[in-house]
Amino acid sequence: MPISINHQPYDLPDDPRVSLLDFIRHDAGQSGTKKGCDHGQCGACTVLVNGVRINSCLSLAVMHDGDEVTTIEGLGTIDQPSALQKAFLEHDGFQCGYCTPGQICSATALIEEIRAGWPSDATGDVEQAPKLTDEEIRERMSGNLCRCGAYPNIIAAIREVAETEL
Amino acid sequence: MTALFKHDKPDNRNVLDHTAQGIIGQPLTRPEGILKVTGNATYAAEYAFDECLEGVLVTAPFAKGQVNSIDEKSVSSMPGVIKVITDKRLTARAAQGTANEAPKQNVCEVHYWGQPIALVVAETFEQARDAAKHLKFDYTEDTDAIFDPEAADSETEDGATQQGDLAHAMKQADASVDLHYSTEGHASAAMEPHASIAQWDGDTLTVHASLQMLNYNITELADAMGLKEGKVRLLSPFVGGGFGSKLGVSQDVVAASVAAMELGRPVRVVMSRQQVFQTIMRRSETTQRLRLAADADGKLTGFGHEALVSNLPNEEFAEPVTQSSEFLYGGENRVLQIEVARINRMTAGSVRAPGEAVGMPALEAAMDELAEKAGIDPVELRLRNIPEVHPSEGTPFSSRKLAECLKEGAAKFGWDSGPRTPRMQREGEWWIGTGVASAARVHNVGEAKARVTLQADGTALVQTDMTDIGTGTYAILGQIAGEMLGMSRDDVLVELGDTKHPRGPGSGGSWGAASSGSAVFVACEAIAEEIASLLGAAKDDLTLKDGIASWGGQTRPVTEILDGKAITKIGHYEPGDTEDDYAASSYGAFFAEVAVNQWTGETRVRRMTGAFGIGRVLNEKTARSQCLGGMVWCIGSALTESLLFDPVDGHLVNCDLAEYHVPVHRDVPDMDVILVEERDGAASPIQAKGVGELGMCGGAGAIANAIYNACGARLHDFPMTPDRVLAAMPAD
Repeated sequence: MPISINHQPYDLPDDPRVSLLDFIRHDAGQSGTKKGCDHGQCGACTVLVNGVRINSCLSLAVMHDGDEVTTIEGLGTIDQPSALQKAFLEHDGFQCGYCTPGQICSATALIEEIRAGWPSDATGDVEQAPKLTDEEIRERMSGNLCRCGAYPNIIAAIREVAETEL
Repeated sequence: MTALFKHDKPDNRNVLDHTAQGIIGQPLTRPEGILKVTGNATYAAEYAFDECLEGVLVTAPFAKGQVNSIDEKSVSSMPGVIKVITDKRLTARAAQGTANEAPKQNVCEVHYWGQPIALVVAETFEQARDAAKHLKFDYTEDTDAIFDPEAADSETEDGATQQGDLAHAMKQADASVDLHYSTEGHASAAMEPHASIAQWDGDTLTVHASLQMLNYNITELADAMGLKEGKVRLLSPFVGGGFGSKLGVSQDVVAASVAAMELGRPVRVVMSRQQVFQTIMRRSETTQRLRLAADADGKLTGFGHEALVSNLPNEEFAEPVTQSSEFLYGGENRVLQIEVARINRMTAGSVRAPGEAVGMPALEAAMDELAEKAGIDPVELRLRNIPEVHPSEGTPFSSRKLAECLKEGAAKFGWDSGPRTPRMQREGEWWIGTGVASAARVHNVGEAKARVTLQADGTALVQTDMTDIGTGTYAILGQIAGEMLGMSRDDVLVELGDTKHPRGPGSGGSWGAASSGSAVFVACEAIAEEIASLLGAAKDDLTLKDGIASWGGQTRPVTEILDGKAITKIGHYEPGDTEDDYAASSYGAFFAEVAVNQWTGETRVRRMTGAFGIGRVLNEKTARSQCLGGMVWCIGSALTESLLFDPVDGHLVNCDLAEYHVPVHRDVPDMDVILVEERDGAASPIQAKGVGELGMCGGAGAIANAIYNACGARLHDFPMTPDRVLAAMPAD
């Protein structure tokens, strides 16, 4: 089966060494997903695979036959940005912009994880549904580094959207 | 066509306060932001060129010696391999900021672990990476490599200050401190690794690269390649962070260029994260001695700041640790001096706020100890020591808002000026405490040109090679032009990062906004003057707003005045006498509250306030973001960031983002930023100063002081990791 990226089918690569990240950026030509470390340490390559966020640099493309991959380009467009994309823009939740697609993909998944009741290290009582506190958001976003240090603005953007959607 | 402004006198006309559009300073969103949040901003490695080859650098697994031979045959039969590039033009180091000439070449001579020695080029990245790992080469390792700065030979930097008799002042002082500090090396760690795609059409070399200062980089690249500058074009419209690491042309740029010219196909070279750590600039580690002598009123009579830093042999850069110590506080007896040890670690160069980033935290921590000894509130001690003129040069200060920042910051933070004894507040197993530090960063400007075109349709086009590395250049240049020409920012298109445009100094030393912003301002003034002359109006009588020109009681749409023609002007800003006539600097104050765990020594920053005087604020949103970013760096340098080198073979041990700890979301609390109203006509004709670096110039000191106030652990080594805090924690 082909791999689907933002609802477009692509044949799997011949070379099994191609990471999902390089496949998205190079083979599929969708360079919105970024390579910051290639080792799963920075989160810039975060995408959604069947709705769940992963570091695409830590996964091989050939492992994803039949999977639906959503990247930053699949979340919204210049003319129709998603609520998070708009909030990042308004709150200046980025500077250089390089970690931004990963931050937004992560935040998109974060809202669903809280909706589904998944606990995190910041969740006080794991038997209760997690509350949407800043500490919850910070903990769940800590895999996405931003060297420009836009963190307070990123949290403000996510908080605004999550409060509306949850 | 070109309008020149030479900055020989302060420009206190404050023109942008008298224009009518009302957008200057407004917190407008970044015009390029929509591209960034939707994944449509194209960074250096992301251009799709047909037939593009992939290059991977091979680096030296030893710190000093000679590569004798490279065995191309060891990989030439591997799938997809095209060529191993070992050309003499390859560069061993990245150029220093504003070097304007090729960095060290001849990569066969190795001076640090991880130095590039060859480039393997293949059809695909996976093939090139595999071949690069398998490339065989023969080398001779020298046994005299030096890794310890304390054990190495050192030289004293020019420009040291010796004034009066500091030793005597220390003896006579009512209160004094004599303290030794250390700071570890830092990495810029910009999120986008260094990357280049080079194309050669047989005549001209075109390179998409991730660089901060194209005006210098084009010269550096042309020099390295043996090409005329006119045969080189560099493009960096989007740069995924720089922080100094992309000031000079880096090894990937030259390697991709050599390969593209040799192979006649486009070549992409992207550094791995590890290579960025190992081969690009580090901030030097420092050891510092601070001597402060004060009289009974807490007024400084003696001020000593000496530092030992390091670099490779023959590198001119020395971390300017004492840069702001020269003028921040008074004290007639002064010693300021920097020594550079020559060691075999990768190039030491500019990392955000070179000098102040490590000098200011040590100074501000020492001031805290002096305040304690003198029995004076630390905010008050600082206020008492703001000098009237530059303490050694006697020059007047330009606008300076240090006192305002200390006072406004203290008020916003809720600073308690009562007695400050450690361990006054406790929550569970956490000690809570507060600390303060001043901020200072020298103001820099550089020669800059920008082209502004007022189009016949009433919109404007701004063009310069200036870069936006996340700083907000697209936003502020559009705002300056919109304000000056009387139109909304949306009607201004800003094109950046292309050497075919008029040149500016680039992004570095916090000088971009004041320099290139002034060039845009100068061009717009010339355009407004031409409109006035077309109308027969006096220049000062003309108002431009929302596309309408008003003068002498009359109004007319600008498009009508233009009558189908465009007006193009190049603004040329040239620094002048004001640089010598005034001591210009940005100032601020940091306030931090921390919690220190009694059992683990872990420090959490709970809140932070920064107040900054940066001259005119050009865009409140992007300026605030710059300050926030700097304060995040304060947390990193105070608590976690530290380059660690193997003492045996000199390799960088923590060369990735898992082991070199930059702050993450959960390390950063909500932070307040206060932008103090200021105009500084000596700083620039738009009365703006630099902002990108100020936010990290001293804040780590506020955190250090807060740690002491919280738990009584007085540390002198940055970063203040849990093990160090625990070791310094007094027994109950």
